[in-house]
Amino acid sequence: MKIIELKETFTASNDRDAEELRAYLKEKSVILFNLMSAPGSGKTTLLSRVITDLKEKVRIAVMEADIASAVDAERIEALGAQAVQVHTDGMCHMDAGMTREGLMSMDLDGTDIVFLENVGNLICPAEYDTGAVKKVMILSVPEGDDKPLKYPLMFRESDALVITKTDALPYFNFDMEKVVERVRRLNPSIRIFPVSAKKGDGMEDFEAWLLEETRMWQTNA
Amino acid sequence: MHELGIVTHVMKTLTDVAAENELTRIGSVTLEVGEVSGVIHEQILDCWDYMCTKRGPLFTGCKLVLEVLPAVTYCSSCEQTYPTIRFGRTCPHCGSGETWLLTGNECTIKEIEAE
Repeated sequence: MKIIELKETFTASNDRDAEELRAYLKEKSVILFNLMSAPGSGKTTLLSRVITDLKEKVRIAVMEADIASAVDAERIEALGAQAVQVHTDGMCHMDAGMTREGLMSMDLDGTDIVFLENVGNLICPAEYDTGAVKKVMILSVPEGDDKPLKYPLMFRESDALVITKTDALPYFNFDMEKVVERVRRLNPSIRIFPVSAKKGDGMEDFEAWLLEETRMWQTNA
Repeated sequence: MHELGIVTHVMKTLTDVAAENELTRIGSVTLEVGEVSGVIHEQILDCWDYMCTKRGPLFTGCKLVLEVLPAVTYCSSCEQTYPTIRFGRTCPHCGSGETWLLTGNECTIKEIEAE
C-alpha cells in the first residue's frame, strides 16, 4: 500500500457538489435560500407570511427537510405554494446531494425562489454547504440573547439573521442591542431583521432584502 | 458536529479520491481533529467501523487514525496567543475578551494508505 497525502477538508466532495448545484441554479435562474434555526423558532410561520406577502411578485417553492413527517409541507401547500418534503433518514442536517434530489423533484421552470427549510438544529447544518445561494439564520426571542455565544459558527456562516417573535419581547429578558452586538462581533457584514411574522412588524425590510437578492442572482451574469 | 454525518462525508470524499487515483482498497485513513472541534473520538471510531461494513470493498477493514491538533486562541487586544482549553475565551495575558480561535476546529483528511 502507498501513502497518499490529501490535506482535504472532510466535506471536500460535498463542497464540489454544492458548487455544481449553484451553477445549475444560476442556469435555471432560481435562487435557493437555506433557512437554518433551532426547532420551534417559527420558520414555517415566517415562510407562510413571506409567501402570502410576495406571491404576486415572485414564484416561491419550499423544500421542507425533516427527520420525519410531512406536517410543514402540508402547511405550505395550503397557501398555494409548491412544497416538497425531504426526509434526511435520521441525519441531522441537509447536504448538497440531498438538496439536489429534492430540487430535481420540483418544477424549477416555474420558480424564482426556493426556500430550503433545513432540519431544526444550530450545529450540523452550519457545517455543510447545501448549494444554497444565501444562508439565513432564524433566532426567536424566546430562545434567548445568548445564542450567538453558544453557537458561533451558525452566526458566522449566515448572510442574514431574522430575529422572530418580536411581539413576545415584553415577556422575555431578551436584550436586542446585546444580540446585535454579539452577532456583529462574529460576523460584521450580516444583515439583521427583527420581525414579528404574526403581526407583520419588520417583514417589509426582510422581504425587500429577499427580492433584491433574487433580482441580483437572476440578472448578474 | 455529529459523528455519523462526518463519517459519511469523509467516505464520500474518499470515494472521489479513489476514483481519481484508481484505488480499490483503502487500508487506513488519518483524520486531523481539532481539540475543540467537538468530535467525540470514541463515537467517530464506532461509526467508522460500522460504516466500513456497509460501504463495500473500498473500505473493508479500513482503519481510522485520529490525530489531535491543539486549540490556540489569538487575542486582538495584546496580539498574543494562548492555549484555548486552559484559558477559554478570556486572554490570560491581558484579560481581554476580544479573542478568536486560530486553530482547533479542524476536521481534515490528512492522508490515506491505499492500493
